[in-house]
Amino acid sequence: MLTLANLMAILPLIIVAATAILVMLGIAWQRHHGGTVMVSASGLVLALISMPLAISALSSPPLLTVDGLAIMGSVLVLLCALVTVALSHHYLAGYTGPKEEFYLLLLCAVTGALGLVASSHLATLFISLELLSMPLYGMLAYSFRTERSLEAGIKYLILSAAATGFMLFGMALIYARTGQLDLAGLAAGMTAGPDAWALAGASMMVVGLGFKLSIVPFHLWTPDVYQGGPAPATIFLATVSKLAVFVLLLRLTMTAPVFNNDWLNSLFTLLALITMLGGNLLALFQSDIKRLLGYSSIAHFGYLLVAIVAGGSLAAETVGVYLITYLLATLAAFGVVTRLSSPSVGEDAAGLHHYRGLFWRRPWLAAVMTVSFLSLAGIPLTAGFIGKFYVLALGVADSRWWLVGGIVAGSAIGLFYYLRVMVTLYLPAPGMRRMDATNDWGNRIGGLTLLVVAVSILVLGVYPMPIILWVSELSTIAF
Amino acid sequence: MILVWLILIPFLGGLLCWQAERWSDQAPRWIALGTMLFVLVISVVLWWGVDFSLPGGAGSQWLLEWRVPWIPRFGIEIHLALDGLSLILVALTGFLGALAVLCSWHEIADRIGFFHLNLLFILGGVVGVFLALDLFLFFLFWEMMLVPMYFLIALWGHSGSPGQTRIRAATRFFIYTQASGLLMLVAIIALVFVNFSNTGELSFSYDVLRKADVPEPLAFWLMLGFFIAFAVKLPVVPFHGWLPDAHAQAPTAGSVDLAGILLKTAAYGILRFALPLFPEQSQAFAPVAMTLGLVGIIYGAVLACGQQDIKRLIAYTSISHMGFVLIALYSGSELAIQGAIVLMVAHAFSSAGLFILSGQLYERIHTRDMRMMGGLWGRIPVLPGFTVCLVAASLGMPATANFVGEFMVLFGTFPSAPVTVVIASIGLVLAAIYSLLLMQRVHHGPAYRAGPLAGPDAREYGIMLALLVLTLAVGLYPQPLLDTTADVAAPIAELFTGSTELAVRSGEVN
Repeated sequence: MLTLANLMAILPLIIVAATAILVMLGIAWQRHHGGTVMVSASGLVLALISMPLAISALSSPPLLTVDGLAIMGSVLVLLCALVTVALSHHYLAGYTGPKEEFYLLLLCAVTGALGLVASSHLATLFISLELLSMPLYGMLAYSFRTERSLEAGIKYLILSAAATGFMLFGMALIYARTGQLDLAGLAAGMTAGPDAWALAGASMMVVGLGFKLSIVPFHLWTPDVYQGGPAPATIFLATVSKLAVFVLLLRLTMTAPVFNNDWLNSLFTLLALITMLGGNLLALFQSDIKRLLGYSSIAHFGYLLVAIVAGGSLAAETVGVYLITYLLATLAAFGVVTRLSSPSVGEDAAGLHHYRGLFWRRPWLAAVMTVSFLSLAGIPLTAGFIGKFYVLALGVADSRWWLVGGIVAGSAIGLFYYLRVMVTLYLPAPGMRRMDATNDWGNRIGGLTLLVVAVSILVLGVYPMPIILWVSELSTIAF
Repeated sequence: MILVWLILIPFLGGLLCWQAERWSDQAPRWIALGTMLFVLVISVVLWWGVDFSLPGGAGSQWLLEWRVPWIPRFGIEIHLALDGLSLILVALTGFLGALAVLCSWHEIADRIGFFHLNLLFILGGVVGVFLALDLFLFFLFWEMMLVPMYFLIALWGHSGSPGQTRIRAATRFFIYTQASGLLMLVAIIALVFVNFSNTGELSFSYDVLRKADVPEPLAFWLMLGFFIAFAVKLPVVPFHGWLPDAHAQAPTAGSVDLAGILLKTAAYGILRFALPLFPEQSQAFAPVAMTLGLVGIIYGAVLACGQQDIKRLIAYTSISHMGFVLIALYSGSELAIQGAIVLMVAHAFSSAGLFILSGQLYERIHTRDMRMMGGLWGRIPVLPGFTVCLVAASLGMPATANFVGEFMVLFGTFPSAPVTVVIASIGLVLAAIYSLLLMQRVHHGPAYRAGPLAGPDAREYGIMLALLVLTLAVGLYPQPLLDTTADVAAPIAELFTGSTELAVRSGEVN
């Protein structure tokens, strides 16, 4: 039975869903881009504000678990969505087709993500995952008149469907073995230790989730989709979608013992190694920033898999801190791409040559880009270093020397392409005029958001205590 | 608090330089110069105010200390401390920083503000390295100074031969140092967690970790993690691949910083961290380290003889000189360690001087290729004279600081490793050869082109004179330097005395 406390606990989800309906009705009544943005943003902010209520409710409705991990995931999802909305406004202003539906899709996907981070039952897991993915197809193919965007949407649709198939098959196998669908029941049903069927089911679920997280060897869609999708959709895919799925993976491995099996653990180790090395190696000679960031996100999720392998109390904290640092850097990097692109002039400004000499044209934008790339590369005094430190500490504390070696090698390789992009920003552009373009203050919200993100990368790099405290507090709350 | 300011001043000055470009082209130069002189003055005043002749045993080994908690979750503190060694190196940083600003006065013509931002950020990071005592903080500064150095080489460097672009050199420099730095980070974290499992205290503090009891096979690997990071930066021979290119492609200011200060951070790191944290393992490793040092001495010297590019030649001599430093650091003799410190200072002066000279030559004849030089003695007034003096310093002529350093290194190491010293002495002969080759090919012989060239202006004259005076001053009267660092060298030498009986004490030299 749903009680009032239950409803309180999922208040953010309800608010976001309600906002989605409101936006839909609004569009039916009268189209207004600015108004839609305002409504969507207020809905997300309202959901954020209701977060403390959800925490204080101290209860979990059926099929969902509102614990520290879920709270952390929800807050991050909402924040990323908010930044995406702020950046989309400027981007979509140059789009000739209908603009408002983008926010509708986005809000639906956020609802799915909020459900996904809290799901403790395979049914909610599946529904939320699909609710997250379906709108993404639409978002990726949003500027469907450009070939690449359509290609991205369809590619993601087909591969995602395949992944879903794997996922369902895996769930079915586990269900056949235990007769349970909720995670606690799964844990109880397999006290005797997993057999081959359960293991097969678990590995199939890993394959399904691996597709969403673009873990090597299930990463083939990533570069094309990143490159083709409109920049705001790519931001959403790179941040909210991956974050929610990863939180889910963490929950699965922490609660269901089948994922703690030795064999699966070695599988995860192997996946982590090839993901971090593969992602970095493939990124080496990319000349398209969006593809490059796609490969870089593959590598980052390779580092994050270390937390899944190691497990334990430090792992949840590591995941939290690393995700925050990764999200900030990714938002800033894609944010700059978004600010420079506009669908009215064709494809996104993703080629590296667009960025040559950016510092001398738009110094602040280039500074944001530099900070985000430094953070992605894990250079000290940026948040990324704190994340890398956590992952290394976790690997060392758990004596996973292979993974530690992988991280070191991966980071060294990664530097090459991060530096390449960074130095491009500062090279003199042919025929450049110094300090020529002023910042386009007409798009104030997007620009300010970017600056805030970049400043928080630096602040968290210098003084990371707030997020460490927040994450470690949350990772101990379990209801 | 003054320690914090020593680090903050360059950073703030750098930001100011960046913005000062709006006002005029000269503003960033003056601000940068003022900033570095300020750092220099602070450190000299500190030096003046402290009496180093007192026995350092009373209370703390640090002259100044400053600590506040930073990331309590991992027991990380902002812990800065200053002793004689750090003081000398900070002063050196201030001095060479000012020279780096001065020598790029005319060389850097575009993006002046951003150039000085990078220059000052490097120096700020280096000062941080010399002052940080918390291992996390140390690593942070260690890595942090790479980014501006990368930009310095990549944006304002010279492209060498085709295929050897400056960006490539900068990237190589960055990846070498960053990758080895990550190994050190892993070693630091492992050390911390070993200490944590032993004592239950999670701390990155130097004092705590010095007492950590690390099980044997692991301790050796951790020591190696530290050693490799420092060996790349020093550089020790198998890890030196980045150095010649980085030096040759960097702008003059970059070469001055690299040779003068950045290489010293590695020697400082060995002295401050690698040896005290792992004394037994370091001692066991000493023969290997010394051999590597020997290889470096000979290899650097031989390759220096064959270079056509004047900056590459000087770069290879750095490898050779740093070989001496490495041998001394692992000799376990107080005399040799003090010699290493003197040699570090001396090498900073002489190599910075030679790099600045080659920069000045480049401004006049627009080449660094020695095949296109020759006979410059008759064409440029005054500068060849300075070159002779600095070349003499570089080859270790008596009365220069380099002689004192090399002599003390060889003399101090002899009791524990006579064979090493004998072979290392060959390096001195080779030093004479490459130094004279440099002199001969640049300034003597048939003139490549005719016509007089401009002599040094007051700025160039001042730079060279300052370097020369300091080289001679340290060479003739090194005692103040030795007094300052005696408290640092003695305890490190004692770490080794468990098995090596030291007959030679610095008192005998006094």
